[in-house]
Amino acid sequence: MNLREKCALVVGASSGIGEALARHLGRAGYRVALVARREDELRQTADHINKTAGNEAAFVFPHDVRNVDEVTALFERIFETLGGLSHVYYVAGVMPDVAADEYNFEKDRLMVEVNLLGTIAWLNCAADLFNRLKSGVIVGVGSIAGDRGRKGQPIYNTTKGAQAIYLESLRNRLAVHDNVRVVTIKPGYVETAMMGGKRNLLWMISADEAARRVMLAGDRSRGTVYVPRRWRFVSWVLRAMPSFIFKRLEV
Amino acid sequence: MTIESQCEEHPPSTLTVDGHALRLSPGHLARLAGWGMAVDCVAHTYQPEDVAGIRAVFDLARRAGRPVCLRGGGNSYGDAAILQDGVILDLTRMDCVLAWDSDTGIIDLEPGVTIQKLWRFVIADGWWPPVVSGTMFTTMGGCAAMNIHGKNNYKVGPFGEHILEFEFLTPAGDVTTVTPESDPELFYGAIGGAGLLGVFTRIRLQLKKIYSGLLSVEAFATADLQTMADELETRTEKMDYLVGWVDCLADGRAMGRGIVHAARYLPPGDHTRAADTLNISAQELPDKLLGVVPKALLHHFMSPFINNVGVRAINAAKMHSAALQPRSWVHHQSHGGFAFLLDYVPGWKLAYKPGSLIQYQPFVPREAAIAVFEDILRTSQQAGFPPYLGVFKKHRPDEFLLSHAVDGYSLAMDFRVTEDNREKLWALTSRLDELVLAAGGKFYFAKDATLTADNASRFLGEERLTRLRKLKHKLDPENMLQTDLSRRVFGKMEIDKQ
Repeated sequence: MNLREKCALVVGASSGIGEALARHLGRAGYRVALVARREDELRQTADHINKTAGNEAAFVFPHDVRNVDEVTALFERIFETLGGLSHVYYVAGVMPDVAADEYNFEKDRLMVEVNLLGTIAWLNCAADLFNRLKSGVIVGVGSIAGDRGRKGQPIYNTTKGAQAIYLESLRNRLAVHDNVRVVTIKPGYVETAMMGGKRNLLWMISADEAARRVMLAGDRSRGTVYVPRRWRFVSWVLRAMPSFIFKRLEV
Repeated sequence: MTIESQCEEHPPSTLTVDGHALRLSPGHLARLAGWGMAVDCVAHTYQPEDVAGIRAVFDLARRAGRPVCLRGGGNSYGDAAILQDGVILDLTRMDCVLAWDSDTGIIDLEPGVTIQKLWRFVIADGWWPPVVSGTMFTTMGGCAAMNIHGKNNYKVGPFGEHILEFEFLTPAGDVTTVTPESDPELFYGAIGGAGLLGVFTRIRLQLKKIYSGLLSVEAFATADLQTMADELETRTEKMDYLVGWVDCLADGRAMGRGIVHAARYLPPGDHTRAADTLNISAQELPDKLLGVVPKALLHHFMSPFINNVGVRAINAAKMHSAALQPRSWVHHQSHGGFAFLLDYVPGWKLAYKPGSLIQYQPFVPREAAIAVFEDILRTSQQAGFPPYLGVFKKHRPDEFLLSHAVDGYSLAMDFRVTEDNREKLWALTSRLDELVLAAGGKFYFAKDATLTADNASRFLGEERLTRLRKLKHKLDPENMLQTDLSRRVFGKMEIDKQ
């Protein structure tokens, strides 16, 4: 049994960027494992991928990322089903609406579990595997929201900030292997359910376009990639901005 | 003083859980490379802690229909301890000293004990491993399986000649105790058998008595290979270790120039500081350069020099500094400092990255050796592959089945491998093989990465191959023990055709 090349795992594949990413990967000839809570949506995406590929290229693994105890065993099962693993994408994320004066621990806990603990549970497995195999690509989809603590979404910002630090640490740990890459994606505004139907936000792109860029980054990037790229400049300005100005801004 | 086992009772083998044998799970998959990083494999890896654990790994592999590859410190340069899609049986966790008699210097060791652990264990009692490799991270099992040699090979033979007895586990699970008298065919076949016949589970070694922690060392430059060989010959009786470093980039009249290092043990009473030097700290290599720069970082600074221009400059500097020393300069050096040159800069091989290296070490009978080595240097240089390191040693024949030894010399050469040059380099080594084989030369599996099955059978000869197949048929009829090397040089072993 030789390990297969071009095998990808997408966590959070039932909607938004994750779903579009799975389709892109399928079209690019990857065998794809789809992980998310909603099985029906996963099946639809898998069917679409299989039809396009002309063979069984997509595999469905229903899983709620809050059940972190399941991850190790599921990760091994996915590896064996695909016959290898070259790319792991963590795309799952939630951002419930939070009012300006709302402090709702249940919402906060959900974000920490899905955005942060899920990332750690899945990408620890990926890092351990790629460290042993000395090759592989880890892609974590975060957000520009993680670059500063804003008024609007304290915990969303916190989870994305912590996720970015975690990914940086993984990148530094695995830097001894030339063939292991860890990529942090920081999208700006993307048309997904998370945005609650909002449109015409600054530089907003479709989930499909975001997914295309995520896959490109997975193919060749190292380090942090802003999607689209011009957000890097905005982020630089925002991070450089002193607090006494930043706290007055409505961003 | 006699010490019985140094080991605590083993914890229960981790290879079975509540009596249920493990499966080949992805959690055991790893990519393992040869030491030179030029060849690698992806395989399931297990590290048993006792004989029961080894048996469990064989069971697991048998059920999964996979062959098993034995691995120790992983210091073989090529593919001797890797096996694509196989089960790697890593013995490094079986690293206990089982018994030690400091009066006789006889020690019983598990296969995963490293030379480092061994010398640290015995030095205070005034003993030293009789044969060591250029690195101290090789294991007893590996040293026995590859039948390693040291800079004293011309005098004391290979590692195997200092093994008094060993316990041997076959893939079927039987354990026998073997001495040269009890079963000479097995004794001389298993040692140097490249891990293809069974597992050494206990090795009894006769160590070398030393009276000082220091050696008397003499170093001087030589103009060419013939001079180097002559200088070695005149020191055969007097000196205990002989080695020559060769500047493989020098061409024309400077071809084969180098530096000889000759060392001898200090006799009792010759060295007044014996009590101060027979200890671990007197042997350890310094971990900082000039007391400041951590050596673990050094390979980063070496990296820019790993090319033809850089190595040429370094070699020239070495030659000039050697020429500055008085010819008769004799100094004292610790056993560790003299023996373990490869450990002097930790991770130095990383300077070859993103490329890697192979070592090519032909052993050539005395009469033809110098001409063959000069031919090899010239051919490599002309092909655009000057070796970046050359080490010249003197050897004598031995009785082992897969022996690489000759009455003559060897020249070990490091070649840089890159993605672009790999094919050309392999083509070059096959041309070099012809030069070596025509002169009746031999090869060494701990170093080899390129030899073909045809050339392997040419140097071993049909008679030895038949004996090997017979042993294989008797000890491992299922052909469970394989390596990427054995697949390359022995094919399927054709055990049924014995």
